[in-house]
Amino acid sequence: MTTYLDFEKPLAEIEGKAEELRALARRNAEMDVEAEAAALDRKAADMLRDLYKDLSPWRKCQVARHPDRPHCRDYIRALFTEYTPLAGDRNFADDHAVMGGLARFRDKAVMVIGHEKGHDTKTRIERNFGMARPEGYRKAVRLMEMADRFGLPVVTLVDTPGAYPGKGAEERGQSEAIARSTEACLTIGVPLVSVIIGEGGSGGAVAFATADRLAMLEHSVYSVISPEGCASILWKDAEKMREAAEALRLTAQDLLKLGVCDRVIPEPMGGAQRDPTATVAAVGDAIAAMLGEIGTPGRAALIKARRRKYLDMGSKGLAA
Amino acid sequence: MNWITNYVRPRINSIFSRREMPENLWTKCDECGTMLFHRELSDALNVCTGCGHHMGITPRARFEALFDGGVFAEVSVPKPIDDPLKFRDQKKYPERLRAAQKSTGETEAMLVAEGEIGRTPIVAAAQDFSFMGGSMGMYVGNAIVAACERAVALKRPLILFSAAGGARMQEGILSLMQMPRSTVAVQMLKEAGLPYIVVLTHPTTGGVTASYAMLGDIQIAEPNALICFAGPRVIEQTIREKLPEGFQRAEYLLDHGMLDRVTPRAQLRDELIAITRMLMGLPPAVAGDLPAPDSPEKAPAEKAAVQP
Repeated sequence: MTTYLDFEKPLAEIEGKAEELRALARRNAEMDVEAEAAALDRKAADMLRDLYKDLSPWRKCQVARHPDRPHCRDYIRALFTEYTPLAGDRNFADDHAVMGGLARFRDKAVMVIGHEKGHDTKTRIERNFGMARPEGYRKAVRLMEMADRFGLPVVTLVDTPGAYPGKGAEERGQSEAIARSTEACLTIGVPLVSVIIGEGGSGGAVAFATADRLAMLEHSVYSVISPEGCASILWKDAEKMREAAEALRLTAQDLLKLGVCDRVIPEPMGGAQRDPTATVAAVGDAIAAMLGEIGTPGRAALIKARRRKYLDMGSKGLAA
Repeated sequence: MNWITNYVRPRINSIFSRREMPENLWTKCDECGTMLFHRELSDALNVCTGCGHHMGITPRARFEALFDGGVFAEVSVPKPIDDPLKFRDQKKYPERLRAAQKSTGETEAMLVAEGEIGRTPIVAAAQDFSFMGGSMGMYVGNAIVAACERAVALKRPLILFSAAGGARMQEGILSLMQMPRSTVAVQMLKEAGLPYIVVLTHPTTGGVTASYAMLGDIQIAEPNALICFAGPRVIEQTIREKLPEGFQRAEYLLDHGMLDRVTPRAQLRDELIAITRMLMGLPPAVAGDLPAPDSPEKAPAEKAAVQP
């Protein structure tokens, strides 16, 4: 079952019709519908191309949140071998919104850490929809520091609406946990590459995405606040999320221009959810390329370059 | 309403306005409703004399009360590019900026200064909540970087007073990038072995709390300051239950182990002097107005203070 976004409704109709025709033909052997169904397929493909040719920022947010997009778990399964999850912050709990552990990436041992949103109701609740609590960030800090001690590169996969706004999360120091995680990103002397695979929500994303190299999938977003949140504050109307998404410049394409992300990974036509396998493979190649770019400059040079990158950030606007 | 509001106050206002006195001679305390005369209020550092409620205070007023004799030199902050995203909501961002500059008389939401407190050389930075909610954009990021660089150059501790609603949405992702950016600045300070003391004032929320404001060697808060990542309204909407009394206030955070101290504004200066002197390996401060004994650290510090 394909899940369609609101702007994909017309597409859903055509694809639905083609599907119906083929189902009919399967029941009646003498019916020949293939020509008609193929015509519908072509029409759907054209429409898909048209829809995705120039997605508005708000539509990109919707695609970035699409429930059928590959999630952290899918990337870890397909791209890493010997994945050995490591749990807990050694302090309070294990946060299921954050996955992480030792793994091999193309035969090389690395530490992989990412937000996991879950793929059905049960796992979404278990994963808290990818919204980490302080324990998640503290687990990440622990794993990053371990990677640093043993000279393992760190790969982070970012996909979160934001840090969890809950009572316990605040009591246990959500802000401090995020600050320490960002600090760890800037302190470790091993390569750190990050990919935003869906939503990069505010501080919860910064805590993982502060990296030597940051890639973003074509329809992923990275923003200081959700378009809905921004609209309700600045427009006093949460329904103005389209305008807010436009103004915030949160698309991968804009962030590349601003120098916030270093590369954009193309998605299959119609978004990552239409061909998860191809998407995951493309992300794998990007990770390999980024690790290759960084090379092995040595601890001090690596840390210095990473800090320089962030100190210089924002010195040119979109115009540059 | 009554003869004081209808008759006496307009009369007083008309008399004083002719002499170009401040427009609001009286301020009402938001907590207890006491009317406070402006001079009484500024003498008490904007703390209500009735109930002890800590109201906002501008960086300039704070520095005048903090530094010895009210003397400090501003540390210049590099100006970032204007309106990098060409952001527009109901108003254009540059218009909002200009309005804030006009109403506060300041360039931006953070002021950085160097000087002495209790004859202890320091660099201080303070965020201005009255300037667009103190929000952290590229200027505030630049100010923190400048403050840390200056502290490292002069080998002085940095005392930072935070007050902000969070990141400046009008600068989009570039405001978010001030989280790692300010973190790098704080790391420079720490690697130079210099103390970084944060004083969290009402309110400190969002991306500010989740970066430089929570990375201090010592974390002090003013009484009853709201300090949080997600605001109480957002949390109530998410978990759909009433939050406990005093939730996310300074004392609550102290109880939950997130702060070192909660210190009233009136005692803050002495405490900061004591702490910075101990951390910097200096002898105890001389109380009162006695001249400080000639100490070896005094001469270079004074020389440094006159540099631009």
